[in-house]
Amino acid sequence: MSLTRKQKRLGLILSGLAVLGVAFGLVLYALSDSIVFFFTPAEAMARHMSEGTRFRLGGLVAEGSLKLEGTKVEFLVTDTEKSIPVTYEGQLPDLFREGQGVVAEGKLDAKGMFIADTVLAKHDENYMPKDVADALKKKGVWKEGESRGGSP
Amino acid sequence: MIAELGHFLLILALATALYQFIVPQLGAARNDQSLMQSAIPAALSQCLLIAASFACLTWTYLVSDFSVVNVAANSHSQKPLLYKFTGVWGNHEGSMLLWVLILSLFGASVALFGLNLPLRLKARVLAIQSLIGASFLLFILAVSNPFLRLNPPPIEGNGLNPVLQDPALAIHPPFLYAGYVGLSIAFSFACAALIEGKIDAAWARWVRPWTLAAWMFLTGGIALGSWWAYYELGWGGFWFWDPVENASLMPWLAATALLHSATVVEKRNALKVWTVLLAIISFSLSLIGTFLVRSGVLTSVHAFAVDPARGIFILVILCTLIGGALLLYAWRAPTLAPGGLFAPISREAALVVNNLLLGCAAASVFIGTLYPLVLEVLTGDKISVGAPYYNLTFVPLMLPLLLLLPMGPLLSWKRAELWPALQRLWAAALTALAIAVLAAALARPGPWLAPFGIALGIWLIVGSLIELVERGRFAQLPLSVAWGRASGLPRSLFGMVAAHAGLGVMIIGIVAVTAWRQEIITAMKPGEVADIARYRISFTGDMPRSGPNYTAESGRFRISRGDADLGVLVSERRRFRPGDQTTTEAGIRHMLLGDLYVVMGDTAAGGGRVVRIYFNPLVSWIWLGAAIMVLGGLLSLSDRRFRIGVPRKQRLGLASAAE
Repeated sequence: MSLTRKQKRLGLILSGLAVLGVAFGLVLYALSDSIVFFFTPAEAMARHMSEGTRFRLGGLVAEGSLKLEGTKVEFLVTDTEKSIPVTYEGQLPDLFREGQGVVAEGKLDAKGMFIADTVLAKHDENYMPKDVADALKKKGVWKEGESRGGSP
Repeated sequence: MIAELGHFLLILALATALYQFIVPQLGAARNDQSLMQSAIPAALSQCLLIAASFACLTWTYLVSDFSVVNVAANSHSQKPLLYKFTGVWGNHEGSMLLWVLILSLFGASVALFGLNLPLRLKARVLAIQSLIGASFLLFILAVSNPFLRLNPPPIEGNGLNPVLQDPALAIHPPFLYAGYVGLSIAFSFACAALIEGKIDAAWARWVRPWTLAAWMFLTGGIALGSWWAYYELGWGGFWFWDPVENASLMPWLAATALLHSATVVEKRNALKVWTVLLAIISFSLSLIGTFLVRSGVLTSVHAFAVDPARGIFILVILCTLIGGALLLYAWRAPTLAPGGLFAPISREAALVVNNLLLGCAAASVFIGTLYPLVLEVLTGDKISVGAPYYNLTFVPLMLPLLLLLPMGPLLSWKRAELWPALQRLWAAALTALAIAVLAAALARPGPWLAPFGIALGIWLIVGSLIELVERGRFAQLPLSVAWGRASGLPRSLFGMVAAHAGLGVMIIGIVAVTAWRQEIITAMKPGEVADIARYRISFTGDMPRSGPNYTAESGRFRISRGDADLGVLVSERRRFRPGDQTTTEAGIRHMLLGDLYVVMGDTAAGGGRVVRIYFNPLVSWIWLGAAIMVLGGLLSLSDRRFRIGVPRKQRLGLASAAE
């Protein structure tokens, strides 16, 4: 067991590389498998998102589209170009409003209805998916809101 | 007037910081005692100037001076006094000022309390600390001035985001910043040591308490933030793998690794080159965290308003400090004397494994946080990396770390035997297995891995305590004698045991709530009941109520278990007058075995209210565990070897194994 300093260092480096390799493999696998894409309704339609593929749908809640059915809610998410109906069971976040930005995570069903299991309306009431903001800016309907802080 | 005074004081602070960066370095290079000495008054006056400037900003908030842009945008005259005060750092400009204030506080404490530091090292540490300070003071004065005036002043301010009006969140940023910024000391010490070209056990002994303090603040800050998210956001979750949460987790992981590797430098004079790099990386991750949060590149739950100028400015500071430090490292590190040797099975090797796994875990979080940004720049695709990614990367890297953890402290330095160490852990293994079986039998069906998770937590707790029990010889001697023996052990040993056991407690909480949480979403009319986990919840109705700056619909829920009445939970929907924002206050009953968590929602379609009820088993153990870890840090910090400081011969057998 009398290893030289060099051998010991080599052993240390090799075992370190082995752990790094495993970690890197895990990261690559996870990145190919568990990331979720973000689309606006127009993008989702253009890409023909298949039924059952998980993604994030971002846009504005269309004015007058919110319907309550027991504990279920239904609303339209729009990017002013296309819109997709969304259902969600549960309680909507505090900042959820018609005409405001929203991000829903879930999948499409056979009828083209987006079944969301998470709905996010961010703390910042000016929060809007950047795509939607860009799209709205192009159409000239963007209002520069007063910038107010989120949380630290 | 006060605002202008604050602005002026900041400019003076910048001048002082520049002096403190240049002159002591010059003194160290020329071996001029008085120039080096001048770092100490400079650090103190820099701190006083920034503190006074911060006081000025606070004053403008307290008197609601809406002629100051920052106050008008973030405060409101009707806001409760506490939140006027904490609103100072509830926005970009104020939080950066707080950041610099804490930075200078740390600098001043090195100047004041680093009495046994060699003057030359101290001068260099303070100079580098001041370089960081000067960069950020320049940032504040150039693009993020909190003292800008507004003409004409509005009659009323915009108000603070109501979700931020909360006691835990009021103290969360100062804690977190103290953690982030505390790592700057380790960074400054690393750079100073590289310039000096000398790193030894004494260096590690000086760095370690500062790192420990930063680590405690970081642990506390992260725990407070997660606790706040748990009760305030109304989702009943405690960690969302949000980029900003990750930004605080990465420095925590690096700081934890640094704490452990600094021990090796201190005790065995080995791993020096790595420890210096780790010190640089830890603070770099803090800076990157600041950049990610403050620049607005991430659309996050936490990010403040986007301002590209600020982002670029912070990016420049980031590249200068991190790049400079790494260049210095590449240039000087090879000159450091090689350290002591150790066998593949030894305490040192165990700590190397700890560092390796913590480092990889931090890297996996780093990649997960930055990958979406990189991908968006490269391909335009927008993705989100969430819990599934971290479950596949972070968790598998932490598992071996936790499994191996109790063995580390039982191995001796330099050369150790694995088998005796394992034998000493039989009690822990047995207890863990028994509890796993018990958990599998008693708990409701859940993931099959969950009982093993619980077992892992128990393994950590019992495995950590074994060291104390053996050293006190509780098994052989009468309790009072053993207690006497144990109380003679160094406090750092208790600190280590507490920190490791606290981690175990936290793991149990995380596993239990993830695996066995129960959830009901239902529409309830007054008088209706819902059952969850042996508890009965009856909705007694809602009524309007008004608070200091909001009106609320206040729903009351009576909870009972069997025949026992357990009182009333109140869940509110609050509407804040300025800005007309709504927040939801969950009604939470904390119990040792789990929390009842009730959220009253909107009016349901068929009348009544949408109500969400959670039972979160053992969830408070997460924060209990964090508190125990912080307590462990405190105990370790109060160890006499940090108070006495000067390296000295220690009684054999006691201190040698103390972490």
